[in-house]
Amino acid sequence: MAGLLVVGCGSSPDGDVVVFAAASLTDAFTEIGARFEEATGMEVEMSFAGSSALREQILEGAPAGVFASANTENMVPIVDGGFTQTAPVVFAVNAMAIAVPAGNPASVTGVDAFGAERLLVGLCAPGVPCGTAARTVLANAGVTPLPDTNEPNVRSLVTKLEVGEIDVGMVYRTDVQNSEEIEEVALDVDFNVAVVFPVAVLAGGGSRAEAFVEFLQGEAAREVLARHGFVLP
Amino acid sequence: MSRTTSRRISARPPALVLALALVGLSLVVLPLVGLVTQTPWRDLGSLLTSPPVMDALRLSLVASGAAALLSLLFGVPLAWMLARVDFRGKALVRGLVILPMVVPPVVGGAALLFAFGRRGIIGEPLYDATGFLFPFSMWGVILATTYIAMPFMVLTVEGGLRNLDQRYESAATTLGAKRWTVFRRITLPLIGPSLIAGLVLAWARALGEFGATITFAGNLQGRTQTMPLAVFLALEQDRGAAVAMSLLLVVVSLVVLVALRHRWWPVR
Repeated sequence: MAGLLVVGCGSSPDGDVVVFAAASLTDAFTEIGARFEEATGMEVEMSFAGSSALREQILEGAPAGVFASANTENMVPIVDGGFTQTAPVVFAVNAMAIAVPAGNPASVTGVDAFGAERLLVGLCAPGVPCGTAARTVLANAGVTPLPDTNEPNVRSLVTKLEVGEIDVGMVYRTDVQNSEEIEEVALDVDFNVAVVFPVAVLAGGGSRAEAFVEFLQGEAAREVLARHGFVLP
Repeated sequence: MSRTTSRRISARPPALVLALALVGLSLVVLPLVGLVTQTPWRDLGSLLTSPPVMDALRLSLVASGAAALLSLLFGVPLAWMLARVDFRGKALVRGLVILPMVVPPVVGGAALLFAFGRRGIIGEPLYDATGFLFPFSMWGVILATTYIAMPFMVLTVEGGLRNLDQRYESAATTLGAKRWTVFRRITLPLIGPSLIAGLVLAWARALGEFGATITFAGNLQGRTQTMPLAVFLALEQDRGAAVAMSLLLVVVSLVVLVALRHRWWPVR
């Protein structure tokens, strides 16, 4: 029992930087993490999930050093709860996109598809950043969505699009750019929203976590983020 | 039926056994205590009667009940084959049947998509011919939960069959009963306790199923959102509602498991 407790408490960084990052950052951060390790010799551990799930884990005391969220809503309770060591900064901006399986088998032409009864429509669940943003876009376009599934995070939605199980979904523009198996259908700029990605060093993250956040805003990381389709602040 | 009648003597446990047993018990009890301390008792009624919760509960009960019955229908014959028939590759077949118990449910859900999804090896011809789709429907939830729950039925019933005294069946056969009659009139009644145990275990596992369901069937209130899915999503939005639903799931499961304890494992 005592042994178990020691292991449980001992997960504070023994040299590793623990990064909690939104699911939509998976590809870019995996690459940035590798570059950071190369450049600094420090080890990075990444945990990718829906921002709201990560937020809950941090509020429950998960031993993370860095939190990169896919919207500000999920960063606010972390700051308010005193869980941060530095103030959050915006390091990337994304936009929403209408995504369909490669070849567009259901011949989706635009945002109206989300209200079509005959199509299999996927969205992220309300409350997950991609779900909130998608619903804002649809409200802007005056479309009442008829989703067949509300996925728990953007990755699972992308996967269902990639395997062709749904006809249309609203994901981040970066997701479309990073997948060969899905493609984008034009979305009117007037309806779209800017999705900002804030990052913060968490309390107890220390200088190593600070080093990662600094690296994230540096030249090498910005190049990776831009290549993955993010707009840089 | 096949109850042993030897008298059971209550033993005094060695101190070490007792201590370890208490640690084991606390491991399962403490999370429950944690859940209870987080429960918003005052709002419990309104939280549990809200439409999303009622929808999820109804769907969970229907799907887990269906999964238990389907496990019975297909799992008992499977268990009988494994317990009674010698055939090549039996070890492999048993391994395959038990696999859903050990494979991560999310992996199982993805595999189900590749088989029964719209582009799956079975799902695509089925969809082309009939327009019927498993994913994003209640049928998908039932398929996913049956896939996960059936091994519990097979293992339990196979164990029951192996412990069965085969002389009764031999006697019936000697007296001229056909194989199907023996199976129906002799074997099934004799393994009654195992059937009930299998049903309860399969049902309970189906009730708690999450990973395969959300991966294969998706998540939509009233159609595919079972209690575990509703809890998972509510945890991030409305913790009180999530805890209330968790408590309800725990109570329902516990009541059934305790109520059927005498049927479960033959009580000594």
